[in-house]
Amino acid sequence: MKDCIVRMENIVKSFGSVRASRGVNLEVCPGEIHCLLGENGAGKTVLMSILYGLYQPDSGDIYYKNKKITIGSPKDAINLRIGMVHQHFMLVPTLTVAENIVLGQYPAWKVLSDMPAIQEKIYQLSKEFDLNVHPEALVQDLSVGEQQRVEILKALYHGADLLVLDEPTAVLTPQESEHLLSFLRELADKGLTILFITHKLEEVMQVSDRVTILRDGKAIATVNTSETNPRELARMMVGRDVLMELMKKEGESGEVIFSVRNLNVKDEKGLPAVKNLSLEVREREVVGIAGVSGNGQTELALALAGLVESQFDEIILNKHSLTQKDLSRLNHLGMAHIPEDRQKMGLILPFSVSENFIAETYRNEPFSKKGFLQFRTIKDYSNMLVKKFSIRVGDVDEAIANLSGGNQQKVVVARELDRRPKFLLVNQPTRGIDIGATEFVRQQILAERDAGSAILLISTDLEEIFALSDRILVMYEGRIMGEVPPDHNRVEEIGLMMAGKTEATA
Amino acid sequence: MDLLPGILFLQSILAATWRMATPILYAAVGEVFTERSGVLNIGLEGVMLIGAFAGYSVAFESGNLVLGLLAAILSGILSGLIFALFTVTIKANQIVVGAAFNMIGAGITGVLYRVFYAESGKVLSLKTFQPFQIPFLGDIPFLGEVLFNQNIMVYATLLVVPLASFILYKTAFGLSIQAVGEHPKAADTVGINVPRMRYFGILIGTTMASIGGAFLVLAYADQFVEGIVTGRGFIALAVVVFGSWSPWGAMGASLLFGVFYALQLRIQAMGSVLIPYQFLQALPYVVTIIFLIGLTKRRVQSPKALGVPYK
Amino acid sequence: MDWANLRTRLTKMLRSVWSPFAAIPIALLLGALVLLAAGYNPITAYEAMWQGAFKDRTAFTEVLIKATPLMFIGVGLAVAFKCSIWNIGAEGQFYAGAVMATVTGIYLGDLPRLILIPLVLIMGTAGGALWGMLAAYLKNRFGASEVVTTIMLNYVAIYITGYLVTGPMIETKGLFPQTPKISEAAWLPRFLPPTRLHIGFIIAVLVAVLLYILIFKTSIGYTIRAVGINPIAARYAGINVKRNILLAMGISGGAAGLAGAVEVSAISYRLYQLISPGFGFDGIAVALLVNNNPLGVIFSSFLFGALRSGAEVMMMTAKVPSVLVSLIQGFVILSVVAFGVYRVTTVEKEE
Repeated sequence: MKDCIVRMENIVKSFGSVRASRGVNLEVCPGEIHCLLGENGAGKTVLMSILYGLYQPDSGDIYYKNKKITIGSPKDAINLRIGMVHQHFMLVPTLTVAENIVLGQYPAWKVLSDMPAIQEKIYQLSKEFDLNVHPEALVQDLSVGEQQRVEILKALYHGADLLVLDEPTAVLTPQESEHLLSFLRELADKGLTILFITHKLEEVMQVSDRVTILRDGKAIATVNTSETNPRELARMMVGRDVLMELMKKEGESGEVIFSVRNLNVKDEKGLPAVKNLSLEVREREVVGIAGVSGNGQTELALALAGLVESQFDEIILNKHSLTQKDLSRLNHLGMAHIPEDRQKMGLILPFSVSENFIAETYRNEPFSKKGFLQFRTIKDYSNMLVKKFSIRVGDVDEAIANLSGGNQQKVVVARELDRRPKFLLVNQPTRGIDIGATEFVRQQILAERDAGSAILLISTDLEEIFALSDRILVMYEGRIMGEVPPDHNRVEEIGLMMAGKTEATA
Repeated sequence: MDLLPGILFLQSILAATWRMATPILYAAVGEVFTERSGVLNIGLEGVMLIGAFAGYSVAFESGNLVLGLLAAILSGILSGLIFALFTVTIKANQIVVGAAFNMIGAGITGVLYRVFYAESGKVLSLKTFQPFQIPFLGDIPFLGEVLFNQNIMVYATLLVVPLASFILYKTAFGLSIQAVGEHPKAADTVGINVPRMRYFGILIGTTMASIGGAFLVLAYADQFVEGIVTGRGFIALAVVVFGSWSPWGAMGASLLFGVFYALQLRIQAMGSVLIPYQFLQALPYVVTIIFLIGLTKRRVQSPKALGVPYK
Repeated sequence: MDWANLRTRLTKMLRSVWSPFAAIPIALLLGALVLLAAGYNPITAYEAMWQGAFKDRTAFTEVLIKATPLMFIGVGLAVAFKCSIWNIGAEGQFYAGAVMATVTGIYLGDLPRLILIPLVLIMGTAGGALWGMLAAYLKNRFGASEVVTTIMLNYVAIYITGYLVTGPMIETKGLFPQTPKISEAAWLPRFLPPTRLHIGFIIAVLVAVLLYILIFKTSIGYTIRAVGINPIAARYAGINVKRNILLAMGISGGAAGLAGAVEVSAISYRLYQLISPGFGFDGIAVALLVNNNPLGVIFSSFLFGALRSGAEVMMMTAKVPSVLVSLIQGFVILSVVAFGVYRVTTVEKEE
């Protein structure tokens, strides 16, 4: 038998009717960097959550250091020297770094009298690995990158032999990612085993020794990185030869529909998030905004949708200059908005499908007459949309919570597009939905463009930006770094801009 | 010029302040733990009533105040277990369950009190915990009377508050409580049992509230009457907010409320026409609202997961 | 209407009412245990209660009279709760309404009946609505939790009332802490003499029906429900969340204020310190029992009215303290909550 540190056999896990893992096998060798590659929804995170004791598998066995084990809770995992850096950091913002690191590690009544010693140990560890973390700092005062380092330090402090990282670069700039990847390589050289979840091919090629590809809850294959290439990996990941290539009709863009000059927006903490941003979107044009998440895209979208206060010299929609007050009723002025988080922002979950369809138009004829809702009309309209956008739903009176993510997103898209917007703001339209729905949604966006709409697309998925945009603007720390045409040869240029560098300064 | 009456007045007000603050303080310090663990218990009023009745009836029947206090503590644990069963295990809305607790507290103590005491014809008063002077310190003019001539349950607050603060900030238990109220998922991923910590948070809250309720019959008034808590449970909720969810803060806020209580009782007794005593009665509530308004601008915020059932 | 539709509607309705029906026997059973422990025969006690509520026409009208303030308050709270605003302040809003109604009924007592009665009711509603909207304003403007502010405002309203009835508005003889009677022209008509049943009851039923239509059949109700479920998505859809919070608290407070006005102008004819025996808190149970459905409130307030009314007779005939009702109400809420769990589990889908 091959020497391995972790072996997962035939792992099955379902959530209700959704089968997240359908008999996954995985073997990881000690001291290697092993990537788990897969699309959103392929079951990577669920598999790792099982390994970390957050979920219990419905069936299947886990062997760790050649012993069959059950991992009942994260505590078991920590005791087994498994550490995990979650995609959303698991740090308590009101506690210090040191307090976070020892959290949950002592019996309840332990008095933390040795805090100075603990802090010293953390400090030494931080120095040893060059992580530059101050044990006494409050986590809420740290940047995203620093918080990630605290997470890694937490695992190291607990003596992890196996470190699981769930899409760690999603929140980092390309340069920060670069730094993280080389750091992980150093750790592996010191004997640590690293399991690295990602859906980015470059990262797999750059850092891993071996890679296991997951698709639809199954492990498709495990290959040595040196014996494969991105094209092969991509094929296994998406299950077809070519990455989606949408038919993008060449069309002349028309006159300017939407423009903004010198927009400034503050974030929740009152810090400037969007700084003197100007842009324009023309008729029959998709302008893509690329960037690492957290560089002001969310605030930009919120401001343009009138959901937060903003300062600007001028915003023009359809030749009308807008005031701050106009912004809050933009959807009456011909703008539609597909927000980044459908469950939180786009839909009212316990409401039915049809009630969600009228979320913006319920007050207008014919859905409402003299203030009374017209249920018959609403239902007919909903059935029409369901058919037109091929949304899989039994009955439009069914609660929308019962639909799959892809179908929920289609409801949002259908609602927004059916209003025939002059200007469409789209934020992360395909996050977390399956390939089929992704393709459908993208086609709809392009069709909308061909029909003449001006579309502003915000996405952290470069692939998506390239697939849909006519022009690409790169956003970094609240500013537009520059404009690039959607030419695959200029990816590197975009990557630099995403890290705050332009050709000239690089 | 005769300053003496003024000084005596001030002295009596200040001495009463601490005493008045005590029942609220017990309840509020406990509720700090409850809310820090992410649970809001607006049923404190009912819990305090049950504690007061349990303490009274056992002390009355046994003639032993300490046994009464133990009975109150026991009732608090029982209340806490039921509250936690509904809000943590069943994950019901905390406000709804709290409202039910207030009704149950009023109902059950009302029925039992009427049946066993009000109509029994017995002499119902207890011999309460008596104030005693601390040697030497009690002889200090003015301060001695204000600070060092109290009963044991009042003095005990000097122990309770630092202890609570120590537990909350300096023990693994305290960090866990803070973590489950602030970011329960993070606590979960490091192996902290979130429901169990919330059970503890709730139990500390209800137990302390019951002690506060028992104070009213064992160390303040000498007998139970229906609705004896008269809103102190709700005040304790305000005190927790006012005290920024910390034990020392709760002490400061309780003392402030105690001043209002003492003043208002004094003025009511004197029949003063300068300020209607009802205004003084209403003042703590108004002050709390004003404080809440100011809270938005400060760094201290309520626990992030307050009121949200986990998973 | 097609049959399939009717059937789904019926099952839907059944599903929303079965839990209260199950909750009441359980609460009564728990109450019986307490009675047993206190040395009573629960059967005799409950029988006395039943008799007290339903033995004759007068008794029955007393049930309706007791149900009236609960109906107003319960239906108002149902609207607030539907909007996810935890208004614990109906008690204070009731007092605010009662104060405004009394002031109007005394100081504008010379107005003709046809003007004065509506004016008293309107002023009461306005008083309650404003008191409620104050909490909504504090929530909207400063983010102050309405749970805490409404509780605080309860006390403020009660103490203001205490001040008024002992101070500036005390009756001329000054014997008791209460105001003089309001002008007879402000008294609500009674329609079933010699019983005390007054048109306030009919108004309450009307308000319940109207609020049902408002919540479930109109676009305003759609926004209130949407805000209650997901305020963020509501904002994205262009709904003004703050305005709806204000509206829901206005309706809720207004209904409680109207209850206060009706109580003054139909029953007590004057204001005194303890004019509410806790209507505002009972109203919470009334609304929750029927899952905040305004039509359901008609039935739940009737039930609680019967409990209250029956309990008073039970106290006289079987010597069982009437506070037992609070206990049973508390048990009712807990039972509903316990059943509710299995009804509203939403499964979050993993992607």
